[in-house]
Amino acid sequence: MTSQDLTRSSGAELAGLLAAGDVSSVEATQAHLDRIAAVDGELHAFLHVNAGALDEARAIDDRRAAGERLHELAGAPVAIKDVLCTIGMPSTSGSRILEGWVPPYDATPVARLKAAGLVALGKTNMDEFAMGSSTEHSAYGPTRNPWDLERIPGGSGGGSAAAVAAFEAPFALGSDTGGSIRQPAAVTGSVGVKPTYGGVSRYGAIALASSLDQVGPVSRTVLDSALIHDVIGGHDPHDSTSLQREWPSFAAAAREGAASGSLAGLKVGVIRELDTDGIAADVAARFHETVALIERAGGEVVEVSMPSVEYAVAAYYLILPAEASSNLARFDSVRFGLRVEQGGTVEDVMAASREAGFGPEVKRRIILGTYALSAGYYDAYYGSAQQVRTLIQRDFDAAFAQADVLVSPSAPTTAFRLGEKIDDPLAMYANDITTIPANLAGIPGMSIPMGLGDDGLPVGLQLLAPHFEDVRLYRAGATIEALLAEQWGGILATKAPALTGGAR
Amino acid sequence: MSDITREQVEHLAGLSRIALTDEEIESLTTELSAIVDAIAKVSEAVGDDVPATSHPVPLANVTRPDVEGATLSHAEAFAGAPSHDGERFRVSAILGEEQ
Repeated sequence: MTSQDLTRSSGAELAGLLAAGDVSSVEATQAHLDRIAAVDGELHAFLHVNAGALDEARAIDDRRAAGERLHELAGAPVAIKDVLCTIGMPSTSGSRILEGWVPPYDATPVARLKAAGLVALGKTNMDEFAMGSSTEHSAYGPTRNPWDLERIPGGSGGGSAAAVAAFEAPFALGSDTGGSIRQPAAVTGSVGVKPTYGGVSRYGAIALASSLDQVGPVSRTVLDSALIHDVIGGHDPHDSTSLQREWPSFAAAAREGAASGSLAGLKVGVIRELDTDGIAADVAARFHETVALIERAGGEVVEVSMPSVEYAVAAYYLILPAEASSNLARFDSVRFGLRVEQGGTVEDVMAASREAGFGPEVKRRIILGTYALSAGYYDAYYGSAQQVRTLIQRDFDAAFAQADVLVSPSAPTTAFRLGEKIDDPLAMYANDITTIPANLAGIPGMSIPMGLGDDGLPVGLQLLAPHFEDVRLYRAGATIEALLAEQWGGILATKAPALTGGAR
Repeated sequence: MSDITREQVEHLAGLSRIALTDEEIESLTTELSAIVDAIAKVSEAVGDDVPATSHPVPLANVTRPDVEGATLSHAEAFAGAPSHDGERFRVSAILGEEQ
């Protein structure tokens, strides 16, 4: 098998080859490093490539050769979003203020991947502090969409989504505060999952909005996301919001779902307020075709209404900046990060450092959040936004009384052009309408490919489930994925145009 | 349009500890007005009878056993610091002349 072939394997296939001893971790890792070297110059999915990856791979090969029983994913390579702290690799969250910062500890999801023997390929690009929907707000320049290099790869996790879509990695980690895993997955033809809030530890994830942030998997197949979720999930005493419960095997659910080919007995709710004129015609067409496919597979489709969705974006853009303005106060030029050396007091130095270290979108949201929390405005803005959050939760409760899972398009359009919305924050924010409600309510969500738009670019289907029922997403998602792959003659990711040049 | 003024943005920048430039204050004043106009509609959505949600999955009294865990060494804690003396983070003057 040539090294190029190895990058075309799914993570599950690669894990099988590794476990059987047909492929070494060094070979698998080298194949992906070669792929990164060949195409990442034009994609810019990675901010940092792990110089120690081959050594880590060799260590896994040695342990396997010594007869040690290893995790089923041991030796498989994985990419890590730069929002997650990693020992030995810079962790910048896409910001100049953390340029070159190497954390003294691993984020829990990273530590769990390491413990399972996965090999980190490097750190992926993102909008600065995960503020954005296009990766154009990265201080280190945008990532490009592998389907069309003039288009955005989504955001904030555009780097992780582009990396898996371009076969630079079989899996990646992302974080999803308002759609930063699901929307990039949708526009790059990949799969991404935002777990139930508290299902995956946030320890070591550089905080954006603590009541919304959730770490999750990114991949080309539902099963691969499930395999990663099984590794990273579960209770962590380092995160006081981490849930103490037993989770079922998501990989088992994905395998069952793919094998069954049937959605019989599953009630699927179509959210009326996310099936409107606000969704581009080609995205709506793919969505209606997929709903018809769900019905043909035995799913019972019902329409559900969520009237408060109308207020979700407004509430989100109050709650997120409010929490972010507090979280980002830690960048004080004292303990870590950039310090602009100048005269004056520690406060003068701090203000100068934050001026130099933060980009325009980060400043915009810190100022907005500080405004929303100010005396005299707090009740009208932040207080009301928290009440809207209750209304959204009630809408979901009512919807899930009628349906087991809900579906909508993952994003209103296919990938837009680089630069198209960068100067219009409100247009950028409006784009998040489909994904934000799940974060406000804390429920799990998934995006899987559901075809191509009129421009030949990927379109994503969003599935949502009630709190703690992530397993429903994996079972139903894998069934729909399998039925679509049957139509297409393979998963959507394999239909992407070849990347030809642009060595890193 | 909402009533965001240049002076307000200057004040918010001070609270946020960001030394914004004049151009940034100018553009943020305009942008913030537009954004606040767009998000102010949250207040029309709710009445007094709706409770606020601050946390999506409420948990109460999360504690851990009161035992010493793994902590960072001095060297690890200082590794990313812009300036330190090996025992303390080093900063410039805390108090200005007027204080």
